[in-house]
Amino acid sequence: MTTHQTYYVPEQSKWPIIATVGLGVTMYGLASIMVNGSQGESTTGAWITFSIGSLIMVYMLFGWFGSVIKESRDGLYSPQMDRSFRWGMSWFIFSEVMFFAAFFGALFYARTFAIPWLGGEGDRGSSNMLWEGFQATWPLLNNPDPEAFPPPKEIINPWHLPLINTILLVTSSFTVTVAHHALKHGNRKKLKAWLIATIVLALVFIGFQAEEYVQAYTELNLTLRSGIYGSTFFLLTGFHGAHVIMGTLMLTIMLIRILKGHFTAEKHFAFEAASWYWHFVDVVWLGLFVFVYIL
Amino acid sequence: MRVHAKRAGALLGASLVSGQAMADWTLNMAPGVTGTSNEIYDLHMTILWICVVIGIAVFGVMFWSIFAHRKSKGYKAAHFHEHTSVEVLWTIIPFVILVVMAIPATATLVDMYDSAEADIDIKITGYQWRWKYDYIDDEFGFFSNTTTPQDQIYNRLDKGENYLLEVDNPMVIPVGKKIRFLVTASDVIHSWWVPAFGVKKDAIPGFVNETWTRVDEPGIYRGQCTELCGRLHGFMPVVVKAVPQEEYDEWKAEQVANAERERELTEKDWNLDELMERGESVYASNCAACHQADGSGAPPAFPALKGSAIATEDLEAHLDVVVNGVSGTSMQAFGEQLSEVDLAAVITFERNAWGNDTGEMVTPKDVFDYKNRE
Amino acid sequence: MSAVIDTHAQDHHHGPAKGFSRWLLTTNHKDIGSMYLIFSFAMFLLGGSMAMVIRAELFQPGLQIVEPEFFNQMTTMHGLIMVFGAVMPAFVGLANWMIPLMIGAPDMALPRMNNWSFWLLPCAFLILVSTLFMEGGAPNFGWTFYAPLSTTYGPPSTTFFIFAVHIMGVSSIMGAINVIATILNLRAPGMTLMKMPLFVWTWLITAFLLIAVMPVLAGVVTMMLMDINFGTSFFNAAGGGDPVLFQHVFWFFGHPEVYIMILPAFGAVSEIIPAFSRKRLFGYASMVYAVGAIALLSFVVWAHHMFTVGIPIAGQLFFMYATMLIAVPTGVKVFNWVATMFRGSLSFEAPMLFSVAFVILFTIGGFSGLMLAIAPADFQYHDTYFVVAHFHYVLVPGAIFGIFASAYYWLPKWTGHMYDETLAQTHFWLSFVGMNLAFFPMHFLGLAGMPRRIPDYALQFADFNMVSSIGAFMFGASQLLFLFIVVKCVRGGEKAPAKPWEGSEGLEWTIPSPAPYHTFSTPPEIK
Ligand code: HEA
Ligand code: HEA
Ligand code: HEC
Ligand code: CUA
Ligand SMILES: [Cu+2]
Repeated sequence: MTTHQTYYVPEQSKWPIIATVGLGVTMYGLASIMVNGSQGESTTGAWITFSIGSLIMVYMLFGWFGSVIKESRDGLYSPQMDRSFRWGMSWFIFSEVMFFAAFFGALFYARTFAIPWLGGEGDRGSSNMLWEGFQATWPLLNNPDPEAFPPPKEIINPWHLPLINTILLVTSSFTVTVAHHALKHGNRKKLKAWLIATIVLALVFIGFQAEEYVQAYTELNLTLRSGIYGSTFFLLTGFHGAHVIMGTLMLTIMLIRILKGHFTAEKHFAFEAASWYWHFVDVVWLGLFVFVYIL
Repeated sequence: MRVHAKRAGALLGASLVSGQAMADWTLNMAPGVTGTSNEIYDLHMTILWICVVIGIAVFGVMFWSIFAHRKSKGYKAAHFHEHTSVEVLWTIIPFVILVVMAIPATATLVDMYDSAEADIDIKITGYQWRWKYDYIDDEFGFFSNTTTPQDQIYNRLDKGENYLLEVDNPMVIPVGKKIRFLVTASDVIHSWWVPAFGVKKDAIPGFVNETWTRVDEPGIYRGQCTELCGRLHGFMPVVVKAVPQEEYDEWKAEQVANAERERELTEKDWNLDELMERGESVYASNCAACHQADGSGAPPAFPALKGSAIATEDLEAHLDVVVNGVSGTSMQAFGEQLSEVDLAAVITFERNAWGNDTGEMVTPKDVFDYKNRE
Repeated sequence: MSAVIDTHAQDHHHGPAKGFSRWLLTTNHKDIGSMYLIFSFAMFLLGGSMAMVIRAELFQPGLQIVEPEFFNQMTTMHGLIMVFGAVMPAFVGLANWMIPLMIGAPDMALPRMNNWSFWLLPCAFLILVSTLFMEGGAPNFGWTFYAPLSTTYGPPSTTFFIFAVHIMGVSSIMGAINVIATILNLRAPGMTLMKMPLFVWTWLITAFLLIAVMPVLAGVVTMMLMDINFGTSFFNAAGGGDPVLFQHVFWFFGHPEVYIMILPAFGAVSEIIPAFSRKRLFGYASMVYAVGAIALLSFVVWAHHMFTVGIPIAGQLFFMYATMLIAVPTGVKVFNWVATMFRGSLSFEAPMLFSVAFVILFTIGGFSGLMLAIAPADFQYHDTYFVVAHFHYVLVPGAIFGIFASAYYWLPKWTGHMYDETLAQTHFWLSFVGMNLAFFPMHFLGLAGMPRRIPDYALQFADFNMVSSIGAFMFGASQLLFLFIVVKCVRGGEKAPAKPWEGSEGLEWTIPSPAPYHTFSTPPEIK
């Protein structure tokens, strides 16, 4: 290997402490909104706190990433530094996988254990004596206590919007790869075109997802409150949706940087990181499509 | 193994307590009075001794080094730093020991899980902070509340012999019969434990867990709730009285008759004094834990009832709170737990006690109508 | 693969900045390490003071000084603060200080993120501790916060608690990513994986555990948040959920978490015992494999905390067997330590004393762990003081003694001074006696049937509780001595040479004491 590359250690930085304050204030505000809200108190102050926190976060993100971009473009980063970023991003994505694993775990547990037990099957089947008349089905269209948790009337048909969304996302994973290839071959025009295509696909996906939510709430009575089916459905698709939005933002920023002439055929880790993230979001969707919508 | 282990346990216990007359310095698990608890005890002793022996061997070597291989004694360090066969050996030997432990453990576990073919079914429900025992075959049931006075807890009176381990209505079971427990809870998770039976089962709201016991010696057996369930988790004792079959039958007949009488009481005409009297005791055993004996509550967690708007003004709201509870708080729906008579009595009591002198009376029939109107 | 530190755009050469901004804005692994260690000790005092409240209330039967409601808040906060505020940050502090020194790296791989990881902790704990002053009080449902006590029945401050946990999670995950990236990418030339010091190895694996399970914790508190504030029913049977689901997800995090709290201590002890035995560590390779095996097994044993919740028998057996298996690799480690001491040339300075006590007392805690793993027997032990005894034996003389040992071992390197050996040995003996007095009787209490998390107890438990409280006060008071020793050592004392311990090995001893602000700007060559 090359001897004596430079490893850039930034001397001091104000961004981490700003990020700390930002995150702390945001979270505190968020918690206050929820707590005050549920106690019937005014949430104005809490919303203000939350907004201030969020603004600090936005400022921090631009500032921090801004300085990283600048350092990178000033040529301060060595290939070794690049490897640190790669490890960092890979393990971050792994942590995201585990985050989703918790929700998938909840879904599998409810389906294979809790609901059959409540319905009178298996080892803890005597639980059914507490819920007379409850029968285990999946999708769960009747809840053990339908008064406390009014069940959904119907569930989302996987072969309409979700199928279209699947096609959209898989295609977008494909287009982002094409864009990446274009970048590697120095074909900036092709790169821009395919990246724009990716972003458009993502936006359409988000739009459809929003439509689906509206439908669920207004027509199907499928809500957060409609029992474990609704709970897992919205948490899984909701966090996935949040990640899609994050990914789309990342890709958009990449597009802006590309339009400004950033990245070379060799050095473009930020772009790669965004596309890794995008693939990850796509894979999670495939899991969702199979386990939440179809099965 | 079994006899051996027991004797060894007794030896360990005796040697360590020798000279101590007080039973308080108990060092070891007690064997208990059921087959299960005895098996557990044996398992416990077996593993304990295996660990002790391994410990002596390992630390024997270590202390030998500490004693003999000191720099201060001029001992020069050897140079070895690996030895494959030794390392393999001390991987395999512990594994074998573990297998030896796992065999009896598996057998005991299988036995503990076999709750089939029971003679009596008792449904145990955990509430914050008392137990309810329903004899589902005979259609009666009752609550079991702690009876340790607050004065003892707050050190104003000397503590009694069974401090914190005494209840008003113990569970009663016949000896020699297989009893199946159906364990559940109405609010948070509790856990029903009687050490002498070797039975501990979590009471989980919305689910029913099964376990069983068969007690051979008559006696009174005590335990406690063993899952953190809120403020009074430490004050939620379990008491079980195991009695001979004849005695059990008598007791059961009485309970069944009582239950019948309770049902009849609903029809009876009540006057204010009677209701107040009954209400006071219902209040003491069901409500005082949170709202305090003098109705002062423990705000903000538990509102005061003394002078509270609900308890002095709107009767409908009062009925609603007590019958249906307040969801999302620890105020439960007492409509399912108490009879109409008790509900009427306690509401009447609350509306007239501690200076809440509304003079209003709520009859069992009012409650009955209210419930059916919903 | 080597690196020189880039001194680009630096007008002050290599020295720390002045004033408070040095600490606030720092990107230096040593500064950050020190901050972690100081923060962790402060949390240890805070969590310890809460333990003192607990022990004072339990000194006698009856309610004397606190109400049950507050008692529950104390146990909960004590557990949370000790686990997330004292032990974990202490290890991260050690990692920050030592990993770059041990592998010959100029700093941590992602220095700015490193600073962020640290400062998030005070932020999270500020929120957590502020719940004590909120209406309805602090979390009172135990550090395991089982639903529905923590959801439907939790105090309003629960929501703040949840966000505090989220922030801690972010901090841990980023800290762990940093450690992994550093170890995998910044090793000096020639430092192959199998040449790394064991402390580095154990941290590599710990970091992996952290990244794998902290997000699961985040997931479970998120489900709680939804149940509390948005009407979902993950943990409510009325909507088809299950309170036990909470426990499964929590313990999927929780069990690996307890190894997160011990593996770095294993690593540190594996450095210290050879140093004071003047003999190489016995079975280096098997040590590495053992740690790996413990980490992997830790993912499939979680339900041993839930033997009484009514798991089907097949599951019960599986989790029992898997848990028992962990004794094998852990045994390998214990045997290796003993074999390292065997026929060494031993001396017993404070780090060694703490390490030897670690091996003995951790093993006792391990033995009681093994007893708990036997499912049928656990029906008697579960949620009694026997469990409390178990985990304090693995945590106090395990994690905490491991940290003390590390602190004494590396203090000369950090401060450039030798600590006061006599005082340190006094600290050791007081801690040793106090700790055993406090926690050994808890075994007896548990076996006699005393449940945990109760503010008051039946009369037959009175005597041992009193003994235990006295031991606890003694142990607690001894920790003030530690504070004194460290402060004294920082402020002055005999000058420490680059390598103060005769038998120690490793790159950290090749640089001067105190370690310069920047080290290994040009990587060393390892043969
Ligand atoms: C550092 C933390 C730590 C560590 C290392 C361990 C280690 C172990 N723990 Fe512990 N444990 C906790 C922290 C820890 N634990 C905590 C905090 C709780 C309570 C949580 C709560 O409810 O609040 C808990 C609870 C707990 C329970 C649940 C008890 C209950 O609630 O009913 C169980 C059950 O199986 C258990 C088992 C084990 C086992 C088998 C090990 C093993 O890793 C031990 C292995 C070590 C040895 C066995 C000793 C050395 C080995 C030899 C010398 C080899 C030869 C030995 C034999 C063959 C016997 N632990
Ligand atoms: C690493 C983790 C860790 C550590 C180090 C400790 C340290 C101690 N623990 Fe902790 N403990 C837990 C983790 C830990 N604990 C957990 C996870 C629980 C479970 C919580 C739950 O049930 O949810 C628990 C529960 C727990 C209980 C059971 C509570 C109950 O079930 O009701 C008790 C009871 O004695 C206890 C005692 C102590 C004591 C005396 C110490 C001592 O070692 C502390 C010593 C330190 C100090 C005292 C601080 C330093 C000194 C000062 C600040 C000066 C002041 C000193 C005096 C006034 C004397 N702990
Ligand atoms: C486990 C604790 C607990 C027990 C036992 C309990 N309560 Fe309550 N009670 C509460 C709580 C908490 C509230 C407050 C609910 C709310 O937030 O509105 C409450 C509210 C009330 C109120 C309304 C008071 C007001 O001014 O808002 C009445 C009346 C009441 N309870 C009566 C009773 C009666 C009668 C019993 C016994 C049969 C009882 N409670 C037992 C916890 C309890
Ligand atoms: Cu009920 Cu603890
Ligand atoms: Cu565990």
